[in-house]
Amino acid sequence: MTDIVHQHAHGETGEHPNARPPSPIEQRVQALEDLLREQGLFDEERIEQLIQHFEQNLGPMNGARVVARAWVDPEYRRRLLTDATAAIAELGFGGPEGDNMVALENTEQVHNVVVCTLCSCYPWPVLGLPPRWYKAAPYRSRVVREPRRVLAEMGCNIPEDVELRVWDSSAEVRYLVVPLRPPGTEDLDQAQLAALVTRDGMIGVAPV
Amino acid sequence: MGGMEGFGPVEVEPDEPSFHKPWERRAFGVTTAVFSLLRAGQFRHAIERMDPAHYLTSSYYEHWVTGGATALVETGHATPEELERRAPGFPLARPLDPDAAVDRAGPDSDTPRFQPGDRVRVRRWVWHGHTRCPRYVQGMRGTVVRVDVVAPLPDVEVHSAQATQRQPTYSVRFDAAELWGERAEPGAAAVHVDLWEAYLEPDGGAA
Repeated sequence: MTDIVHQHAHGETGEHPNARPPSPIEQRVQALEDLLREQGLFDEERIEQLIQHFEQNLGPMNGARVVARAWVDPEYRRRLLTDATAAIAELGFGGPEGDNMVALENTEQVHNVVVCTLCSCYPWPVLGLPPRWYKAAPYRSRVVREPRRVLAEMGCNIPEDVELRVWDSSAEVRYLVVPLRPPGTEDLDQAQLAALVTRDGMIGVAPV
Repeated sequence: MGGMEGFGPVEVEPDEPSFHKPWERRAFGVTTAVFSLLRAGQFRHAIERMDPAHYLTSSYYEHWVTGGATALVETGHATPEELERRAPGFPLARPLDPDAAVDRAGPDSDTPRFQPGDRVRVRRWVWHGHTRCPRYVQGMRGTVVRVDVVAPLPDVEVHSAQATQRQPTYSVRFDAAELWGERAEPGAAAVHVDLWEAYLEPDGGAA
């Protein structure tokens, strides 16, 4: 990441004496930036802050705090399952792609998994930007059609007697899966529990 | 692309960074600047109009660049000639279909027509414009499981600068056998899809 910031700070526009010529896609990005800048529509400082906000403040560590709290605090869990947007806001998370949250509770009987078949809808405030596989054709096309097989291929075997529910976030709601608390974690505190929760667990393609 | 065949295995990259290349990071930034010039859904619809071969063979942030540039042209902030001069060979998405123009919208509704437990059928919703009604559920029967927010119908909002049509949205549960038939995956998982009210009609028949 530091490397990317570094390169960005020095620009890719050819000032550097050893810079290679920009690739076609780099030229296109530059063209868009220049066009907007010339019209006063590209506030570089504000955009850099926004990108850094995504890189530094948004990510699965936020969702993990929500899940860990739900594991230890039954009252919070109830609020999360009733009004996830408000319960997540209690921990200070919210904003674009997080205005209409629904929390999906995994149990011994039910496992939930989330997809956006139409594009790449994803709960930014609690999970950050989606991984590449979530936005790519194989996952989007297959997980609604053969979810058990896709999950098994990703290393998540759902027992036959567990009901699998797939959720396609095709309108306004964004979903957060609340995984089952792993056995043997009774002595851990919230921060230690949060460290166990993974991005994939909160999408539903991993057990935790 | 729900239900499409032939894309192969899901490829997971361990410890994936937020952005893979510096240009992806910049593309994300510049596209957020484009968002502020657009109505909701216009950017998505621009990406949907990409040449299918280009869409399927280009990366996610290349979709953003192509959709963003197309939207800039369509909102009068750029011309194809300018883009071509600055970045030769700049591909754009296909133009809006004139048949998709919307000049009138239906009435707003804040009152849900359906309640959890109601049986519904998804209308066949085939047109040249933008929609959030996935093809794999069109014509299918399901059960409402949740009533969600009232929101502008994307099919209207994207295609009209003036008209909007606000409607309740729902989560609808579809049995795997309804969607995929006899060859549905064993251990059939239900699929829940979030849909605007306009996409649904009451299902009078038996499931």
